[in-house]
Amino acid sequence: MTAWEAAESTTEPVLEVTSLTKRYGWRTALGGVSFRLWAGECLLILGPNGSGKTTLVRLLVGLARPSSGTIVWFGREVAPVPLEVRQRLGVVMHRTMLDPELTVFENLSYYARLYRIPDATERIQTVTSWLGIEERLRERVRQLSRGFQQRVALARAVLHRPSVLLLDEPDTGLDRASRARVLDLLRAHRERGGAVLMTTHALDFALEAATRALYLERGRIVYEASNQESLRMLAATASNTVPV
Amino acid sequence: MWTQFLALVWRDILSEFRAREVVVGMAVMALLTLLIFNFAFDLSGAQRVASGSGAFWVAVVFATLLGLGRSASLDRQEGAWDGVLLSPVERPVVFLAKLSSMLVFVVLVELVALVVMALLFDLPVFRPGVLLVLALGTLGLCTLGTLFSVMTAQARAREVLLPALLFPLAIPVVIGAVRAMVLELSGFGADAGPWKSLLAGFAMLFLALSVATFGVVTEE
Repeated sequence: MTAWEAAESTTEPVLEVTSLTKRYGWRTALGGVSFRLWAGECLLILGPNGSGKTTLVRLLVGLARPSSGTIVWFGREVAPVPLEVRQRLGVVMHRTMLDPELTVFENLSYYARLYRIPDATERIQTVTSWLGIEERLRERVRQLSRGFQQRVALARAVLHRPSVLLLDEPDTGLDRASRARVLDLLRAHRERGGAVLMTTHALDFALEAATRALYLERGRIVYEASNQESLRMLAATASNTVPV
Repeated sequence: MWTQFLALVWRDILSEFRAREVVVGMAVMALLTLLIFNFAFDLSGAQRVASGSGAFWVAVVFATLLGLGRSASLDRQEGAWDGVLLSPVERPVVFLAKLSSMLVFVVLVELVALVVMALLFDLPVFRPGVLLVLALGTLGLCTLGTLFSVMTAQARAREVLLPALLFPLAIPVVIGAVRAMVLELSGFGADAGPWKSLLAGFAMLFLALSVATFGVVTEE
C-alpha cells in the first residue's frame, strides 16, 4: 500500500480545501473558499456564470496556482499537484482534451499509455461500452458530434480508474439517454468508494447525482446543501439565477 | 517513462501526418525564402557560399518559428495540452517529447531545403561536416523555440512575443551555424571546430536550462 493509499484509507477526507483564493490582477475569481470532499460522495458546485466554478476546478487539478489558501489531496498538501495525485484524478473540462485528428481508439490508447494502464485495450472496450461509443472506436474525433465527443472525454477521464472525478459541466452536449449513462457511471464510481466533484447548469441531472452541494456566488460559497430536501431548495433557488 | 515519451511523440507525428498543418507551411516558408534570396543575391564567385549559407539559415529560422507557433496553437485547440499537463508525466519528459516532435518536423523541412539549396546555389551540401553543423544548429534553435513556444502559448500577443524572445537568444546559434557552414562548404572544415563547439555548447546549455525550467514554465 502506498503512502497515498494509506492516507485515503483513513477517515480523512479525500480533498480538503482551506481559504482558497485566486486573483487575476485586481479581480478576485475565488475568495476564501473552504470545503471537504469525502470518499463515496458526489459534491455539486452550483452557481451563475462567472461565479468561480471553473476556476475552482482548475485550481484543484493544478492547471492554475492559488493566490493563497491550501489544497490537501489524500491527506497531503499539494502545490504543485504531484504525479501520484494526478494518477488518481479523472478530469473533464469544458474542452474535450482530445486530438481531433486521431480516432477515438487512438485518443484513448494515447491516454492509456500516458497513465500507464496495463490492460489498455480491454479497458478501452469496457469504458466505451459503458458510454455507448464502442461502435465509434475507429472514427476520427473531429467527425463526431459534440455529444459523442463529450462521451469520449468522459471515457478518457475514467479510463485509468481514478479515485476522484472532477467534472466541469460533464453534461455538455449530452442527450437524455447519454445523461442516464453518465449518471449510472457516477453511481458505480461512488459505490466503489470513489468521490465526485461536479459543476453543472443542468439541475435535474445534478439532483440525481449529488449527495451534497455548494452554491458559489462571486467566488464565495453562499449556501451549502447536505440533504435531499436542502438540495431541492437550493436547486429551486439556483433555477432562478442559473441559465439552464 | 519511455512509454509516455513515445506516446507523446507518436501523437504529435500521427496528428501532423493526418492534418499536415505544420510541416507543409514550414516547407513553403523555407522554399520561398530560398527562392527570394536566390534572386536577390549575386550567386557568381566567392559570395555564393556565404549567400547560400545565410539564406539557408534564415529560411530555417523562419520555418521553425512558423512551425512552433502553429504546433503550440494546435495543441491548445481542444485542450489537448491541458490533457498532457494533467496526466502523470514528468515535465522534463513532456519537454523532451515536444522537442523531439519539433526536431522531426524541422529536419524534414531542412532536408527539402538542402536539396533546393544544392540546386539553386550549386553547392555540395550533403557532406558530413555540413550535416553535423545542421544537427547542432537545429538542436539549439528547436530547444530554445520549444521552451518559448510553451511559455508564450497562453499570452494574447503570442505571435509577437515568440519571435521577440526567440530571435535575440538564437542569434549566437544562427551566427555560429552560418559561419561553420560557410567554412565547411568552402573546404576549410578543419577551421570550423570553434564554431561547432560554440553550437554544441549553446545546444547543451539551452537543453539543460529548458529541462530544468519547463515545470515552472508550464505553470500558469
